[in-house]
Amino acid sequence: MAVLKSTESKLDLENECLSPDGLKQELLRVYPTKVARKRAKQIVVNKVKEGGGVPEIGANTRTVPGIITQRGCTYAGCKGVVLGPTRDIVNITHGPIGCGFYSWLTRRNQTRLENPKDHQFMTYCFSTDMQDEDIVFGGEKKLRAAIQEAYDIFKPKAISIFATCPVGLIGDDIHAVAREMREKLGINVFGFSCEGYKGVSQSAGHHIANNGLFTHIIGLDDTAPKGKYKMNLLGEYNIGGDAFELDRIFKECGITLVATFSGNSTYDQFSISHTADLNAVMCHRSINYVAEMMEKKFGIPWIKINFIGAEATAKSLRKIAKYFDEPELTERVEEVIAREMPEILRVREEVRRRCEGKTAMLFVGGSRAHHYQELFKEIGMKVIAAGYEFAHRDDYEGRRVLSGLKVDADSRNIEELEVHEDPERYRPRKTTEEIERLRREGFSFKDYEGMMPEMENQTLVIDDISHHETDKLIEAYKPSIFCAGIKEKYVVQKMGIPLKQLHSYDSGGPYAGFKGAVNFYREMDRMVNSKVWSYLKAPWQTNPELSAKYACD
Amino acid sequence: MRKVAIYGKGGIGKSTTTQNTVAGLAEMGRKVMVVGCDPKADSTRLLLGGLSQSTVLDTLRSEGEDVELEDIRKRGFRGAICVESGGPEPGVGCAGRGIITSINLLEQLGAYSDDEELDYVFYDVLGDVVCGGFAMPIREGKAQEIYIVVSGEMMAMYAANNICKGIVKFAEAGGVRLGGLICNSRKVDNEREMIEAFAEKLGTQMVHFVPRDNMVQRAEINRKTVIDFDPAHPQADEYRTLARKIEENTMHVVPKPMHTDELEKLLIEHGLAG
Repeated sequence: MAVLKSTESKLDLENECLSPDGLKQELLRVYPTKVARKRAKQIVVNKVKEGGGVPEIGANTRTVPGIITQRGCTYAGCKGVVLGPTRDIVNITHGPIGCGFYSWLTRRNQTRLENPKDHQFMTYCFSTDMQDEDIVFGGEKKLRAAIQEAYDIFKPKAISIFATCPVGLIGDDIHAVAREMREKLGINVFGFSCEGYKGVSQSAGHHIANNGLFTHIIGLDDTAPKGKYKMNLLGEYNIGGDAFELDRIFKECGITLVATFSGNSTYDQFSISHTADLNAVMCHRSINYVAEMMEKKFGIPWIKINFIGAEATAKSLRKIAKYFDEPELTERVEEVIAREMPEILRVREEVRRRCEGKTAMLFVGGSRAHHYQELFKEIGMKVIAAGYEFAHRDDYEGRRVLSGLKVDADSRNIEELEVHEDPERYRPRKTTEEIERLRREGFSFKDYEGMMPEMENQTLVIDDISHHETDKLIEAYKPSIFCAGIKEKYVVQKMGIPLKQLHSYDSGGPYAGFKGAVNFYREMDRMVNSKVWSYLKAPWQTNPELSAKYACD
Repeated sequence: MRKVAIYGKGGIGKSTTTQNTVAGLAEMGRKVMVVGCDPKADSTRLLLGGLSQSTVLDTLRSEGEDVELEDIRKRGFRGAICVESGGPEPGVGCAGRGIITSINLLEQLGAYSDDEELDYVFYDVLGDVVCGGFAMPIREGKAQEIYIVVSGEMMAMYAANNICKGIVKFAEAGGVRLGGLICNSRKVDNEREMIEAFAEKLGTQMVHFVPRDNMVQRAEINRKTVIDFDPAHPQADEYRTLARKIEENTMHVVPKPMHTDELEKLLIEHGLAG
């Protein structure tokens, strides 16, 4: 946090400092020249050109040492985010105990057993608990023993191993151990080389997780589930029960969900996920690799959808219906939307009266800062600044920039799998003519427009925001609400601004789908209209003179 | 107590030189402890008449926290105390971390305490300083003076120069100094002059020129130092001289490592062109 003299820190409301460009300069002012140059690329004043073009933003680059960042590590992205929400794989963290413990259920990803006898390992935290001795002599023996022990106790279908930083340094070969134990136990055992230091953020961990899912699980079982409209939902992690609400909606629409990656998911669902006919991608950043690879290998098209926001949910359902292109499905989807909407509109109007014109800032995730803008719009709140923690340029500017993206050394560090059509199982889900027709009708395949084209001009877009920038931004704009994570929560609230956690939802949720939208409207209403923030200062802090009368002479 | 660390390129003869020198000091009646900082645990073989059976790290592993000093110390030639740090098999784990662990343990157990009345501790460190762990003996004031074993071969001198860079780094923080170069001759042309000139450039001295003699190998195959195996042999006197010179040495400097091209020039002047 930058320490500024009080005269310097005061921002005049009339002053040009409050213009986004002026504020950008103000944010950069305390940085050394080189740092300022780097950060200047990552702080952008939005301007949407005709045709949807937006200014270039710096993203997915190293955080400057000394800056307080929101980012997490590669291990957190792999184990915590992508594989964590699956309930019946024993996830063993190979490393000192802290890595395993602090990545255990902190995201509030929920799960629901179909049968009470099913495996449910999410309530356990598995770790090899490496000690000094294991660092010196190598930890493979201990890892082998841990896998054996987990197998003996739980008899799981699969065991996965996650490498932490020291494992990479001492060179334990977790993949060789996995191979050996797979043969010995006759179950699927696989490892992820997701050492925390590997990427510039947790984003590298998502990629490694995607590669592992694709290599070791997806396509293992060709048993296709029953159902006419079969799809996978990718990049939905069931925080606060989001996936439950979406399951409910899909069921009502008659859409069969083969697998969700990875909220409320199971190993068997992943294994048969290649039998689906569509991949619908929620969080583009964390799972687009799986979508791409499944399309190449099995011929499953993928589309970008968003179930955050009632209108977005309706739009996404219609998009799915359009893909399957059956009047029966389209009708049913319209029925569901028509049934859900009245209650939503009733609450929306009520909440809107109290929230209209209030402002929000979102600095979170690799898609959430984008998706949640929908919900704010619906209740008339304005998003004045937003940014991602770990996203890449395509998540900001849209996939149109992909071909021009510079692949730096940090990204090359993460394996890019070479994928080919499966000789037996590749099956195009649509004919070229069908795809062409859909395209002509405005349907977009494998496309993500990004966050910036949907944001207003003159809003601030900041990648990998620092603590100092957060402070100054709040000071200047005093938003009605700030959305981020646990690390930011109390610092921001001490400044008198309510903070909603959009990683874990605090204790709330679901916020996805129709019921989720209603929950979120009410939650925002509660938070931005609370009087509690006006009591942050004690009476003597605003008025130091107290007067009183003696009770008696 | 003088704390001495011996560094030098792998295979240059650090362990052999260290043990023969320690034998010389022990013969002079000095109380010496040798700490082998090589996972192969062969730094005390000549003093013990065979490989030490229990390294610090192995003992720590089998005994848990309850380790006694006597479990890890062995008496060798003329009472020289021998300790092997030990470590993992090649290609496994982290040997550097092992050295840190074992030196910390020795300290905790009081191996260096005043009532041990040691005159010298010698650290024999593996090859090049490949990571932080192998720099442990020269960090935090653990060793105060360093001798680098070198020969007239180019790569040995490169290594010596690199080690000097490490010493400079730790000299500022921990107060370690370079005591000098020990030339373990490989019968390279102009070797003595070249190492003397090299030492001068580094701002230090060539402590002693140990001539090449097959007696060293003969003693080694018999698991003995030369002084132990054939006390009357001239090579035994060479090591006695080296021991005496170290005992009398007062020249402790922060070295001035050379630039690579400067070093290559020196090699051409004295060696290749000579």
